[in-house]
Amino acid sequence: MKYTSQAVAKPYFIFALILLAGEILFGLLMGIQYIWGDFLFPLIPFNVLRMVHTNLLIVLLLFGFMGATYYLVPEETETELWSPKLAIITFWVFAAAGVATILGYLFVPYAELTELTFNNLLPTMGREFLEQPLPTKVGIVIVVLSYLLNVTMTVIKGRKTVITTVLLTGLLGLAVFFLFAFYVPDNLIMDKFFWWFTVHLWVEATWELILGAILAFVLIKVTGVDREHIDKWLYLIIAMTMVSGILGTGHHFFYMGAPEYWLWIGSISSAVEPLPFLLMILFAFTMARDRKIKHDNEMALTWAKGTAVMGFIGAGVWGFFHTLAPVNMFTHGTQLTAAHGHLSFYGAYVMIIFTMISYAMPILRGRPHGNCKKAQKVELASFWIMNIGMVGLTLALSAAGIVQILDQRVGTELIGFMESQESIAGIYMIRAGFGVLVFAGLLTYFYSFFVKEEPQQA
Amino acid sequence: MSKSITVKEKYPPGDFAIWIIIYVELVTFALLFLGYAFSRRSHIEMFNDSQLLLNQTSGFINTLILITSSYFVVKAVKSVTSMTKESIKESNLRASKWLLYAIMCGIAFLVIKLSEFIHIFGQGITLSTNKFFMFYLLLTVFHFMHVLLGSIILFNIYKKTKIHGYMPDDYKGFETGASYWHMVDLLWIVLFPLVYIIR
Repeated sequence: MKYTSQAVAKPYFIFALILLAGEILFGLLMGIQYIWGDFLFPLIPFNVLRMVHTNLLIVLLLFGFMGATYYLVPEETETELWSPKLAIITFWVFAAAGVATILGYLFVPYAELTELTFNNLLPTMGREFLEQPLPTKVGIVIVVLSYLLNVTMTVIKGRKTVITTVLLTGLLGLAVFFLFAFYVPDNLIMDKFFWWFTVHLWVEATWELILGAILAFVLIKVTGVDREHIDKWLYLIIAMTMVSGILGTGHHFFYMGAPEYWLWIGSISSAVEPLPFLLMILFAFTMARDRKIKHDNEMALTWAKGTAVMGFIGAGVWGFFHTLAPVNMFTHGTQLTAAHGHLSFYGAYVMIIFTMISYAMPILRGRPHGNCKKAQKVELASFWIMNIGMVGLTLALSAAGIVQILDQRVGTELIGFMESQESIAGIYMIRAGFGVLVFAGLLTYFYSFFVKEEPQQA
Repeated sequence: MSKSITVKEKYPPGDFAIWIIIYVELVTFALLFLGYAFSRRSHIEMFNDSQLLLNQTSGFINTLILITSSYFVVKAVKSVTSMTKESIKESNLRASKWLLYAIMCGIAFLVIKLSEFIHIFGQGITLSTNKFFMFYLLLTVFHFMHVLLGSIILFNIYKKTKIHGYMPDDYKGFETGASYWHMVDLLWIVLFPLVYIIR
């Protein structure tokens, strides 16, 4: 660790991992509810589990991004963080608000929660992924603003690099686009537009910048490749991300009452969206090939390469499957969408956080050369278990989606939703099995933190 | 050392990254061209009738303007690639002169195109008017933005030539910008006949 203020990243990383465990756990419970609908009835209904599952994902990614930023920015700017104290306060405020919100979801009926949290003053609740009560939403804005202030002030007083510029742009976008969560037009179509301005422009535009910046940072550190070389790749990736990602919002406007031209704009621009991810693969593997140093922390590079590959498959390939308007007409809202959602969030965002944690955490724990060989071996096993689990889960969900499409959307002899779900029950079993595997992978990953350092290693 | 690098990287001209961008742009436009062609097949009459509302003359003038601008860019590139250590100043100045002509062409294209857009929008035509105009607007507005960006790129190169910033072994950035400009020109050469002429 070069700068003492980098240490503030540690609680962020740890909390992100705890939230990830929670997220997967709630996902597993839902996976079981898909098989036995009465499971946990009437304690926790499916809609609450789903809300907790997706909200935990968003919050864990925010914690991960924040931790990554606090670790990376001092090193990039070659100066201490502007205010480590603010970073710690932000952490506790955000953690407390996050936990309170999740507990609210679990123990208070949602309708009652809206009344308790002043939703009548400014109605913002009830929209997928943006279910947070008003005080939580305001809290998120305050936390993100103070975080942005901290990072921006650090960047201003220190060295400016392409990585920090790209990262800051992404973070600024993250903050700005969240503001659309506060605007809920009465018109349902307008509502959808503004909802996507947050949801899509987060995950398919600004977050990709954050992802690119973190990936570039780790690659510089573990491969020793020249910064100019990395910068050029980063520019290329973000240019392509922005052009395809912003117009790509159009692929959400199909058949929702928006004008027909969105079918074309959405289809064509989002057909290009996989390319930045393909470039990321080329980027990671070229840098690994041309590396000038062999870092002892081999797992960090493994995660980095894994992020590029899984991000491309999950976001790029699985997205492309159903992004063209004529295809999407049949696939929309089926388990195929869920398949894409799972692998893209995991491949692109959860894995970049693993990448950063795998690189930074050993250093934060006083192991500049990475964990010992044995710990890395355990981590490598967890890498494969989680990846195989996620791919299996995605394939199962895709199969479920295809059956759903054939059952309910293609041809003339169509069957009802529940009947179709029954025909997929077997596949849901397989899905739940792979879900368990992912969780086992995560536990293995946790275990790697507790593997004792070998004395000869020091 | 630097000489060997220049020789090694003569092809493709410019930075490798620009070629990735060029191919992505070409693919994107190709998708739109294909979309246009297939949509036209099922609405031939509507496409032909709508096409009559376009101003072919201004389209043709713009074609000539862009081809000419590409010629100027070629002359500018030739000025720097044939540069010797003794002729750095003259070569940069010569290149800047050709670039200025090219930029003026770019601006002329933009002005003519803008007047065309004003005329089209004045008639109340929007993306939703019909499929022909949807494609016309998507393609031409998208291309317009490329000409705008291309002109800005050329202007930045122009500024560097003014301070004699290109060297006999360092003109990669120049070629990068020039390659982009040629792509913009090439796209229009396909776009113009496809949308304005072919019936």
